[in-house]
Amino acid sequence: MQPVAEFFRWLADAHGINLTIFYDSVDRSRFLTGLFTTIWLSIVCIFLSILIGLTGALIQGAHSPIPRAAVRSFVQFFRNTPPLVQLAFFYFAVSALLPMVTDRHGVKVPLIDNVGWAIISFSLFAGAFNVEIFRSGIEAVPKSTIEAAEALGYTRVKAYLYIIMPLAFRVCLPALGNNLVNLVKTTTLAYAIGVPELLYAAAQIWSEVLNVREMMWVLLFTYIIIVAVLVFVMHRWERALRIPGYSA
Amino acid sequence: MTTTQPIVVIENVEKRFGALVVLKDVSLTVKRGETICIIGPSGSGKSTLLRCINALAPIDKGQITVDGIAVNDPALDKLALRRRVGVVFQQYNLFPHKTALQNIMMAPVQVLKEDKVEVEARARRLLAKVKLSEKADVYPGELSGGQQQRVAIARSLAMNPKVMLFDEVTAALDPETKKEVLHTIRELATEGMTCVLVTHEMGFAREVADHIYFTDGGVIVEHGPPAEFFARAKEERTRAFLEQVL
Ligand SMILES: Nc1ncnc2c1ncn2[C@@H]1O[C@H](COP(=O)(O)OP(=O)(O)O)[C@@H](O)[C@H]1O
Ligand SMILES: [Mg+2]
Repeated sequence: MQPVAEFFRWLADAHGINLTIFYDSVDRSRFLTGLFTTIWLSIVCIFLSILIGLTGALIQGAHSPIPRAAVRSFVQFFRNTPPLVQLAFFYFAVSALLPMVTDRHGVKVPLIDNVGWAIISFSLFAGAFNVEIFRSGIEAVPKSTIEAAEALGYTRVKAYLYIIMPLAFRVCLPALGNNLVNLVKTTTLAYAIGVPELLYAAAQIWSEVLNVREMMWVLLFTYIIIVAVLVFVMHRWERALRIPGYSA
Repeated sequence: MTTTQPIVVIENVEKRFGALVVLKDVSLTVKRGETICIIGPSGSGKSTLLRCINALAPIDKGQITVDGIAVNDPALDKLALRRRVGVVFQQYNLFPHKTALQNIMMAPVQVLKEDKVEVEARARRLLAKVKLSEKADVYPGELSGGQQQRVAIARSLAMNPKVMLFDEVTAALDPETKKEVLHTIRELATEGMTCVLVTHEMGFAREVADHIYFTDGGVIVEHGPPAEFFARAKEERTRAFLEQVL
């Protein structure tokens, strides 16, 4: 690490390009914490949003109209309001309705902290889109295939689990990939409620070091890499699920 | 193997889709081990009748019993019915994300919760029976129509059904592959499986059927043993239809 740090210190002195994250241990750990938080937040929200999407799509296939209407309202609400407003709404309005709890040190704290609300808010936001994505995938499964399953004794839930979902999933992987990329980008909004993710860390650094220009490059670059990794994983997944002789 | 014991009894069944009456006062009986063929023009309600037998479509009037199970009973045990009745469709409807062998194994393992090892042995025997042993690990998309249809038959047989329903299973196949599928069905029929066959293959119907039913416009116009039915159809509508297809 030493030669790298030396190089960036020289770059700052000689050319005024000040990338403290490469030579200052405090800034580096801020940046890495931000990076880690963004990645962790993304992974948790990806997982939860897929779960929400699957559950919502299953409920939309139910016979009873009330749960179907509930899912439809949920989807409409989260699709048709800005995610930043949703986040603020949860963090300020919903949080205020919940009781305070006492933490280990005897301090009264909110039941759910800012990271918790970010997770809830983004998972619901991306989950609402996932419901629609999975639903369209389910609709692409031929009725006759479902009927064949029924004729073999499959119940609705079992057919959904073993036949409909595996087929629908393959159909909607590209759309799911797009939505998950969107989710990762949306995590930057957590900055607004003080979650120490990448943008927050960058802002902390530039407000001290006054290297806004450099940190913008760093931010953009980091997100390009994170999204590239996600896209790569999604493509590998698509490839792994490809069925010989079958085009979804 | 034909006995006089009925296994499928359909009595005065009516089936409507909204205002459209698709089956009118349909009655027929299939005895154990018997093979019956249902023929008739497109839209006459043949598929609907098969779907009613298997409770895939509810009936509006009348009564259907399969092996003593009342299909139209509100407290119907669907699984009990469906493990007794195998259905093969025109479009095969194999599960495209599973290999031939897995397609056959899925329902016994996932629905009946049978032992996987036993089921696999049975599935391999069934694949051999439909002469597709070498295709065990191949996906449906890599099989010809006739091969897919034979896997579909094996998949139904894996549930050890007492009755097999075939709905125009060769209609989508070319003449060569048709033969393979008909061969499989013929074998089943001779082994004593109870078969209900909707088909446009008159030659095949004449050869394998114990009894032929002709439907038109949702009613059974005429029925009888094949020799008699084909030689001396009484109804004008039947004769007109037979003239067209023979
Ligand atoms: N799910 C359905 N909803 C409305 N009408 C249907 C449905 N299924 C079949 N029908 C109608 O019922 C009639 C009989 O259809 P079907 O049983 O498929 O005839 P077949 O198999 O003899 O060609 C047709 O007029 C068809 O349009
Ligand atoms: Mg039909």
